[in-house]
Amino acid sequence: MRSSKPILLVEDNNIDAMTVRRALKDLNVPNGIVHQLNGEDALNYLRSNNKRPWVILLDLKMPRMNGIDFLKIIKNDDELKQIPVIVMTTSEDERDKMDSFEFSVAGYIIKSADYKKLAESLKTLILYWTLSESPYASV
Amino acid sequence: MRDCRPILLLEDDTVDAMAVKRALKDLHVSNPLVRVANGEEALVYLRDDSKEKPCVILLDLNMPKMNGIEFLKVVKADEKLKRIPAIALTTSKDDQDRVSAFKLSVAGFVVKPVDYIKFVEAMRIVNLYWTLSEQPNSERESTNEKLQANTAGGR
Repeated sequence: MRSSKPILLVEDNNIDAMTVRRALKDLNVPNGIVHQLNGEDALNYLRSNNKRPWVILLDLKMPRMNGIDFLKIIKNDDELKQIPVIVMTTSEDERDKMDSFEFSVAGYIIKSADYKKLAESLKTLILYWTLSESPYASV
Repeated sequence: MRDCRPILLLEDDTVDAMAVKRALKDLHVSNPLVRVANGEEALVYLRDDSKEKPCVILLDLNMPKMNGIEFLKVVKADEKLKRIPAIALTTSKDDQDRVSAFKLSVAGFVVKPVDYIKFVEAMRIVNLYWTLSEQPNSERESTNEKLQANTAGGR
């Protein structure tokens, strides 16, 4: 069931963030996009805000607080651990995959540099999370 | 799915399990389907080192002996098993089930449509997503095994 809640995008690269924004717009995804530049900013957003995102799209390599450190914190937080987190990264490193699934990420998607492929990936991601129920009690 | 490892299905209802099998066949999903009837049987399978670990777990919630939520609690606390993505596939619309499943980091919560055509469409999307998403090779420590797996590889 598609949620009306925003998508939280945690990404230090502004150009990459703009590309994701553009792809979601091209796919007519009506949800708002909240962009945070690293794990620390994302955590501050989540904790200062009662609004919960639909899903979190998480980059791994970021300054200040990287994706794995961010996962460590939210998966130990009783209020935040229910939010589905999908890793979106260029890293194909086996270690990164293992570390991410260690914290039960709900998907690990390799970001393509090719816009069409990236848009196709996001299309599949949106389809799946539209099919899936969301953690929040139905209103 | 992204690789050729089995899909583990926890489903106590034989007719429902057959529908999953049929849908995966209709979608030309080539992964073997291993079906167990409850959480307890699933743990026996997962803890048997002679059995190949699944790429994903499809999980019914209402089952006798050990239900889906109880199973998730055990699996997510097990260092060897916690990385395997588990997707709830259920008819339960119970809010508490859904919240509990997500608190245990379920990797999707799909309410099974009764209509077969719609069910196949749901399974198509699940397969598409888990073909796109990487999956951890948690049980494949040696490079050799990894190479073999890639050569034998899925699609």
